[in-house]
Amino acid sequence: MTGERGSMETRDREVPSPLAPLLEAHRSRPGALLPLLHAVQEAVGYVPPAWVPFIAEALDLSRAEVHGVIRFYPHFRQTPPGAHRLVLCRGESCLARGAEELIAQAERLLGVFLGGDTPDGRFSLEGVYCLGLCGCSPAAMLDGQVQGRLTPRGLEAFLAAAQERS
Amino acid sequence: MNPARETPTVVYVPRDAAALAVGADAVAEAIRAEAARRALPLQLKRTGSRGLFWLEPLVEVATPQGRIAYGPVQPEDVPGLFAAGFLAGAAHPLRLGVPAALPYLQGQDRLLHARLGVIEPDRVDDYLATGGYRALEQALALEPPELVAQVQRSGLRGRGGAAFPAGIKWDTVRRAPGPTKYVVCNADEGDSGTFADRMVLEGDPFSLIEGMTIAALAVGATQGYVYLRVEYPHAYRTLTAAIELARARGYLGPDVCGSGRAFELEVRVGAGAYVCGEETALLESLEGKRGLVRAKPPLPALAGLFGRPTLVHNVLTLATVPVILAEGAEAYRDYGCGNSRGTLSLQLAGNVRRPGLVEKAFGMSLGELLYDYGGGTASGRPIRAVQVGGPLGAYLSPSHFDLPLDYETFAAAGAMLGHGGIVVFDDTVDMARMARHAFAFCADESCGKCTPCRIGSVRGREALERVLAGGPVEAELALVRELAATMRDASLCALGGMTAYPVLGALEHFPEDFTARARSGRPVQG
Repeated sequence: MTGERGSMETRDREVPSPLAPLLEAHRSRPGALLPLLHAVQEAVGYVPPAWVPFIAEALDLSRAEVHGVIRFYPHFRQTPPGAHRLVLCRGESCLARGAEELIAQAERLLGVFLGGDTPDGRFSLEGVYCLGLCGCSPAAMLDGQVQGRLTPRGLEAFLAAAQERS
Repeated sequence: MNPARETPTVVYVPRDAAALAVGADAVAEAIRAEAARRALPLQLKRTGSRGLFWLEPLVEVATPQGRIAYGPVQPEDVPGLFAAGFLAGAAHPLRLGVPAALPYLQGQDRLLHARLGVIEPDRVDDYLATGGYRALEQALALEPPELVAQVQRSGLRGRGGAAFPAGIKWDTVRRAPGPTKYVVCNADEGDSGTFADRMVLEGDPFSLIEGMTIAALAVGATQGYVYLRVEYPHAYRTLTAAIELARARGYLGPDVCGSGRAFELEVRVGAGAYVCGEETALLESLEGKRGLVRAKPPLPALAGLFGRPTLVHNVLTLATVPVILAEGAEAYRDYGCGNSRGTLSLQLAGNVRRPGLVEKAFGMSLGELLYDYGGGTASGRPIRAVQVGGPLGAYLSPSHFDLPLDYETFAAAGAMLGHGGIVVFDDTVDMARMARHAFAFCADESCGKCTPCRIGSVRGREALERVLAGGPVEAELALVRELAATMRDASLCALGGMTAYPVLGALEHFPEDFTARARSGRPVQG
C-alpha cells in the first residue's frame, strides 16, 4: 500500500483480511468497481462501509465515488442482510396477476415494508421490477430459488419452509 | 439379453428459470427416481424452454415417432405417466403429442428461437448439430464490408426497443478509426413482460456468442462484454459456462477457429438499476461508475466504452446475426412487412391464458396474438387493456387490436413495440393506479441526471396519488398531461421520455378510471 496516497482511514491500518484477495483479483481489471463490489457482497453479504476507503485506494478512486456507486445500485447493501432474502416481483405482468396482494401479505407476515429487514435478522424483503418470469406470474425468488404462479397460500408455505431451514 | 432394453430412453425436462419456478427440478427428480425404482434405463436431458409457459413443466420423451410432449407435469403425475407407458409415448391425459404440431408452435416462424427447448444449452455439439457456427465459418471467409452489407440487406433493426437499423450502426463502428473497439451486448432485460433475452441466454447461449463473434469480425473489435442483469442468476451460470466451452473449443480466444483473429468475451453483472438498459448508462456502468445517462452525441458507435468505438446491441439482435448469415440476408428480409423485416419475438404475459414466446414475422395483428395465441385472459374475464413494449409502453384498449405488429404502425398509433413484451389486463384493472405505477417506476429508476425525469416523475406520481385519494381531477390531470409532455420532449433518454406513453395512454383510452373516481368516490385500495 502506498503511504503517499493512503487516506486517513487506511494509512495505519491493514486491509481487512477477507478484502485483500478480492482487491488483488479485481484491481487491474478495466471497470473493476462493480465486479469488485459484487465479489465483496458475495463474500460477506454486504459492502461494509469500513471497507470503502480500502476499495477506493486500491482502484485509485475517491471514497465519494465508491460510495456513490454503492448507493446508486439497489442491489448493493451497506448493512448485513437477513438470513433469508425474499424478492417479490412488482413488474406489470405480476401486478396483472395479483402481486400487490402478495406484497401486502408478505409485508404483513414479516412485519416490514419492501426494502426492509426483519428485526430478528431472519428475512430481508425486497421488491424488484421484473424477474423475467412473466410467463408464470406472479413470481418471487427466495434465497435464489425461483417460484412462479405464486398464491397467498403458496407464499405462506414458501416462508414457512425458509423458517424451518434456518 | 435384449439390447433394446439397454438403450436408455431420453427424457427432456427444461431448466429454463420459468420452468424451474413451476417445479421442473422436482419433476426431473421424480422421473429419475421412478425410472430407478422400475429399473428402467433413462437419460435425462435438461433443455431450455420452448416458451409455452402454461404447459410448463413440459416434459418430452424421445420415441421412434419423434419427441412426444406431456404437460404440465407435476411430480405426483410421474408414477402415473410411467404406468401409462409415457416412455414409449403412450396415451395419458397430459399427453400433448408432437410439440412442433401444437397450434401455438405450428403457426410460428421460429428462426431465432428454433433451438429453444430442443437442445441442451451447455453442449457445443448440440449447437453444431443444429447448424451452429456455420455462420461464423462463412463470416471468416468474408471481408468486413461484405459482412456489414449482409446485415444491411437483411433489414435487421435493433430488437432492444429503439429499432435502429443494425447495418448502419455496424458500418459506423467499422469505419470508426482506432485500434481498439468493443462489441457490447445489452442483456439488461429489465422490461416487465419480457423474457426472450433470458430464454436465449438460458436455452441457446452459443447463438449469442456466435453472433457477437461475427459482429466483432465485421467491425474490427477484439473484446466483447455481455452486460447481464443481476436478477438473472440462471442465465449467468449458463452463459458463463457456454463462454468457457466456446473458448475451450477455439471459438473464442486469441485465434478464433484458427483464423488468426482474436475475440475475447466477458460477462459483467449489473446491480439492479433499470436505467442501465439504456445504452449510454450501460457503458458507464461497465466502466465501473454510476449508471448515469450520457448526452448524445457522441454516439457510442464512435465514442462508447472507455471512449472507444463500440457496437451496442440487445441479445436478440446479436443472436439473429447467425440466422441471417445461415439463411441468407434476402431470405430473412422476406419475412415481415414495410420497414419491419424478419421476425419479432413477442412475449405474452400478465393476465393471459397461454403466456409464452411467440416468434412471428412482423405484421400479425395484436388481436390475433392476444386471442389466437394468448387465448384471452387467464381469469376468463374480458381483456380491458394491454401494455405493449414494457413499462414505458403505451396502454392500448380493444379498439387497437386490429393494429398490425410492426414498428411504423405502432409508432403512428402513439405506441411502440419496444422489446416485444405484451402484458394483458382484465376488466378489474384500475388504469389510474397503473398510470401512477408508471410514474412511480420512473421515479424509482431515474438516474437523476436530467430534471424532467428526476422531478417530473415524482410530481406526476404525487398528482395521481391525489387523484386516487379523491382530489380535484381536472386540475391534477392537466398537471399530469403537462408533466408527461415535458418529460417526453425534454428528457435525456427514453426512461423519462417514454414514461409519457403509459401515462397518456391510460388517460386517453381509459379516462373513466380517472374522472369517475371523484364522482363516485370510488375507494382507493392499498
